[in-house]
Amino acid sequence: MSDMPLPLTGADRPINEAVRPSSGRRFLGLGRRLISPLLLLVLWQVLSATGILPARILAGPTDIIAAAQRLIASGELITGLMVSFLRVLAGFSIALVAGVVLALVAGVSRIGDLLIDPPIQMLKAMPFLGLLPLFILWFGIGETPKIGLVAFGAVFPIYLTLLGGIRGVDKKLVEAGRTLGLSNLGIIRHIFIPGALPSLLVGIRYGLSVAWLSLVVGEQINASSGIGQIITYARDFLQTDVIVVCLMVYALMGLVTDGLVRLVEAHALRWRPQVLA
Amino acid sequence: MTNLVDIRNLSRSFGAVSVLKGIDLQIAPGEFVALLGRSGSGKSTLLRMLAGLDEGTADRLHLPPRRSVVFQEPRLMPWKTVLDNVTLGVDGKTVDERAQQTLDDVGLSHRKHAWPLTLSGGEAQRAALARALVRKPELLLLDEPFASLDALTRLRMHSLVFDLWRKHGPAVLLVTHDVWEAIALADRILVLGDGHFTKEVRVPVSHPRRRSDPELARIEADLLSELGVEPLTV
Repeated sequence: MSDMPLPLTGADRPINEAVRPSSGRRFLGLGRRLISPLLLLVLWQVLSATGILPARILAGPTDIIAAAQRLIASGELITGLMVSFLRVLAGFSIALVAGVVLALVAGVSRIGDLLIDPPIQMLKAMPFLGLLPLFILWFGIGETPKIGLVAFGAVFPIYLTLLGGIRGVDKKLVEAGRTLGLSNLGIIRHIFIPGALPSLLVGIRYGLSVAWLSLVVGEQINASSGIGQIITYARDFLQTDVIVVCLMVYALMGLVTDGLVRLVEAHALRWRPQVLA
Repeated sequence: MTNLVDIRNLSRSFGAVSVLKGIDLQIAPGEFVALLGRSGSGKSTLLRMLAGLDEGTADRLHLPPRRSVVFQEPRLMPWKTVLDNVTLGVDGKTVDERAQQTLDDVGLSHRKHAWPLTLSGGEAQRAALARALVRKPELLLLDEPFASLDALTRLRMHSLVFDLWRKHGPAVLLVTHDVWEAIALADRILVLGDGHFTKEVRVPVSHPRRRSDPELARIEADLLSELGVEPLTV
């Protein structure tokens, strides 16, 4: 594509290489940082193998790997993962739509701001995980309270960052848009939304981490499926290895969804110089 | 010939401060008018009112429907390529073709897929000019468009604007504080001070205008003294 940055000229190269450490040295740096985690892992394994750390408190690393292999082989983990993932997907989608619509209305209209912002700021102050008992009373113990908790938790970061982004859009660009004959909708579409997109993407990443956190809490309550159900079952049978595997899966899914947003970010924000460079 | 712009008794105040005090302004089709004035004289306010970005009171406010603005900053949308910036808000089937043509006119067709933040100051202002011209304005409003450019780039932009004006033929209102810029380009120069026009000068010299021309030097000295600046005596 012709909008790629120019290749470095010969004169630029030595400077760049002097500043950036070579790949070999970076590997060495990373290796040094891995020493203490590896030592802890070895210590953990030794304590487990000698029985000083009993399995009902915490299973050893090799047991955990074995449990993971077993859960994957039986298909239990994949099925549970899909159920949990769909809950996050459903809840987060609701949060995304609601957060974007509310922030747009509050961001571009004064009346909207007056009506929408105060109640959201009040709700935000509430520890939303504490709403779970109410959600159970309202929605029972099925999928609704779990998805609802995810949506409720994730909507705030999306709303707040997008609203901040909209308020930060250069008013001079809005003025230029008016002189170009853009309608109000055109100004929202061509100026406010792309201008606030960098903030929104930060909010989406933060919202996703809150979504997974909400799911972990929501799934502890009477989960008849999903990762939460595997954990509940394992707790009843003192299978600490299975619990650790599930926690790692939660962490991994958080990393994967975050990575997906980063990919979107790299494409959608390619106009920014720091992404170009 | 009827005037393209016909304004009578235009006033604008911000609170108790009266910025424009009953201004009359006529601009003929295709005329190049420069508006000089010190900082805070209200020249940008007047331009913003002509652009429809500010409101005041007037007995008569006749403006052509097609008006374009180039500001001091390029004000390109950084998330749109140069070409998408130029076509933003323009409808029609031949838009892309016309945009290409206009980018050719400003000498920027090789950068049409570039992101605005990768352009130099001069390139960005040329893109802003293309964006204004592609709308086929009857009135082109230029609000100190070259003020942030370096001296050499500014001189190049002067001849570019002159050529574009000759080719596309809009009436131009150029707001500037650069006296020579006004003299080099305009048919008529207005000086705004204390809320009304304090001077009107026609520049009856053919193009290209040389700085050494004694007639132009006389006009320049005249305008500078009107603006309260005495020329250096060496």
